[in-house]
Amino acid sequence: MVSVLARAGVWLAVLFLAVMASALAVDQGFAIHMGIVAIAAMTALWFTLRGADYDGIARGVLRFPDQGRYDDDPIRWGMIATVFWGMAGFLAGVFIAAQLTWPWLNLEPYLNFGRVRPLHTSAVIFAFGGNALIATSFYVVQRTCRARLAFPGLARFVFWGYQLFIVLAATGYLLGISEGKEYAEPEWYVDWWLTVVWVCYLAVFVGTIVRRSEPHIYVANWFYLAFIVTVAMLHVVNNLDLPVSLLGSKSYPLFAGVQGALVQWWYGHNAVGFFLTAGFLAMMYYFVPKQAERPVYSYRLSIIHFWSLIFLYIWAGPHHLHYTALPDWAQTLGMVFSIMLWMPSWGGMINGLMTLNGAWDKVRTDPIIRMMVMALAFYGMSTFEGPVMSIKSVNSLSHYTDWTIGHVHSGALGWNGMITFGAIYYLVPRLWGRERLYSLRMVNWHFWLATLGIVFYAASMWVAGITQGLMWREYGADGYLVNSFADSVAALHPMYALRAFGGALYLAGGVIMTVNVWATILGKLREEKPLRDAAYDPAADRPILAN
Amino acid sequence: MAEHHPKGRLDEATNTETVGHEWDGIEELNTPLPRWWLWTFYACIVFALGYSVVYPAWPMLSSATQGTLGWTSRGELDKDMKAAAATRAKTVAALADMRIEELPKHPELMRAAVAGGAAAFRINCVQCHGAGAAGSKGFPNLNDDDWLWGGDLKTIETTLLHGIRQPGDDVTRQSIMPNFGSDGLLTAAQIDAVASHVLSLSGKARGNAEGAKLFADNCAVCHGPAGKGSRQFGAPNLTDAIWLDGGTKDDVVAQVSKPHMGVMPAWTGRLDPVTIKMLAAYVHSLGGGEQTPAPEPEAAATP
Repeated sequence: MVSVLARAGVWLAVLFLAVMASALAVDQGFAIHMGIVAIAAMTALWFTLRGADYDGIARGVLRFPDQGRYDDDPIRWGMIATVFWGMAGFLAGVFIAAQLTWPWLNLEPYLNFGRVRPLHTSAVIFAFGGNALIATSFYVVQRTCRARLAFPGLARFVFWGYQLFIVLAATGYLLGISEGKEYAEPEWYVDWWLTVVWVCYLAVFVGTIVRRSEPHIYVANWFYLAFIVTVAMLHVVNNLDLPVSLLGSKSYPLFAGVQGALVQWWYGHNAVGFFLTAGFLAMMYYFVPKQAERPVYSYRLSIIHFWSLIFLYIWAGPHHLHYTALPDWAQTLGMVFSIMLWMPSWGGMINGLMTLNGAWDKVRTDPIIRMMVMALAFYGMSTFEGPVMSIKSVNSLSHYTDWTIGHVHSGALGWNGMITFGAIYYLVPRLWGRERLYSLRMVNWHFWLATLGIVFYAASMWVAGITQGLMWREYGADGYLVNSFADSVAALHPMYALRAFGGALYLAGGVIMTVNVWATILGKLREEKPLRDAAYDPAADRPILAN
Repeated sequence: MAEHHPKGRLDEATNTETVGHEWDGIEELNTPLPRWWLWTFYACIVFALGYSVVYPAWPMLSSATQGTLGWTSRGELDKDMKAAAATRAKTVAALADMRIEELPKHPELMRAAVAGGAAAFRINCVQCHGAGAAGSKGFPNLNDDDWLWGGDLKTIETTLLHGIRQPGDDVTRQSIMPNFGSDGLLTAAQIDAVASHVLSLSGKARGNAEGAKLFADNCAVCHGPAGKGSRQFGAPNLTDAIWLDGGTKDDVVAQVSKPHMGVMPAWTGRLDPVTIKMLAAYVHSLGGGEQTPAPEPEAAATP
């Protein structure tokens, strides 16, 4: 009873503060955001009071969940959130691709490119990718530690708190609330909230590892831990801001000028390194061997590439600031660390792909494995392309062009997207206790639509980027620039249309996944010729109970 | 957690031993690091070390190592800019000493000036006048021969040097059309009548006596009795098919009621005199350039 009262008291206090802040807000955006926080606190309060087992409390019996099963509720919610936010993010992406092709689609002010673009990037990276990482990390850490989640209440708070962060960030962008820092756009109060949620996430994850029943910590958990710890550090340092008013949405960063730029790209590059690389490698290290039913290729490689990756990645950020006010020495270091990063990155690809040794036939027969193999191929391609683009002479051509956009998307659509789809297809039947997916043949359709979409996307952006780079630097024989910026924009129109088409194909694949996942959750089975899938033994999928 | 590794088993498919751990059914093979991977990694490290010796790299107490090549990004930019300037040097020197009216006598120099002007136009002028210099509503088309302030080389140069309605420039092109509607100088019915009259000058509407009278009283002083316009005031010619601020009835009514008075910056101080000459030559070359007139009262007048 005391804990129910205490929790209800906390939510009541949050509700009261949010209503006060909304009423006293100095700008409309902050008032709307505090209104959203108040609604969230009210919902939490209601569930706290309604969900309490008063009979049990009255009789002095505390209700305990089944300790013999893993704690999978937040993971099931996480799967649904991943699919939902993924579709929202892909749709926003296709929309802004169309806006760049046909500018009249910029619907002022709420749906112009400047506001929808961060909505797209945050939706796919933090909402889709973040939910996938949180959900899979909770799944993997329990299975590989053979222990239930530590702090189950906190785990639920992490899930719902993270959704609130997403809603505040997304609505903020559309309302025009932004710090204007790429991939770190949310304003100070949203940053503080995320920090609270993230520290709780770290506590749940580390707590579960501490409670493990296995002697060693599996490699996937090293990567998850590196991801959680480093993202916490990056997020806090890059968001050291001073709010103009504690009742307003605007803040200004502590770091100014080129120092601010360096901190931003130290953050930005390691968001790629530790969110999109380390975190998703963790997913890869669990789901690829499980789906392939093969041992991981090399334990030694996993150690060496893990430590070299996390040591080298953190220094590579300055390559985003080549030929700027950043001192030459820092640019040099950014470049050489990026080049040294090539092999450590590829270590993950080798370990993933070579895990299929002895099971390569499954690429032909198992559509989920095929998806994971394609993810690893795109991972290898973009982690080679990255070091190449960090070389200064290449960068002088590629910087500020659509080549960068293409590079990001071959990694994001190919690697992050495909490995997440693979994990979703692996998890959904197991989490909802279904015999198999609604349809494995629809996975195949998803695979081909996504792959074709990426090919259109990456190829059109390579051509567009190199076209831009060459047009911008073209000097005539008489010593003058040949093209205006607007000339290069006009030249890109067909490439932009092809990119939007590629994005639409990828989105279509996402629609097929949504139908498939939904039907699986409903317990339907499509009648079709069977395809291979990994075996699952529910009896073995249990924690080892502590004595 | 201090127990020894259990001995691994031999994986038949790869003929490799496992390490002996197992998590949720996942084992790990004890495969050595691939040699090509390791040697490529070493090679990247060696390259990185070498590169950081020859280029500026290592931060010290007060400054960073300079690199044995002596390369700096500012130095490289300076070299590139000087090389580009060198290819332009002859043209620039010749143009600096020449009055723009004399340019047509030197076709080779004219060609070079037009090319340089085209480049400068792409950076400085396309924002308003458009990439093809065709302008848009409120921004004049520079491809035609309909000039507001005059279209010979010297006049265009003057417009560029001092701008149009540029605050703070004493000799900028200056004129103001009264707010006939918003200041209550004419009633709505009168504005309607005068707008019809204006449109009738180019055959787009039927004329009317009231409008003609109002035009003669209020507009002819700048636009001329026949509506042919005046370059002295930058007053547009109203008898042709070219409309700076739109040629529909609504556009004309709006312009008479509360006129839009465009501003072009004075480029003196923003661009060097040679670049301005080049821009004048380029705009002059677009199709509507006029001959430099023999001295006569109207052309010589400065507003």
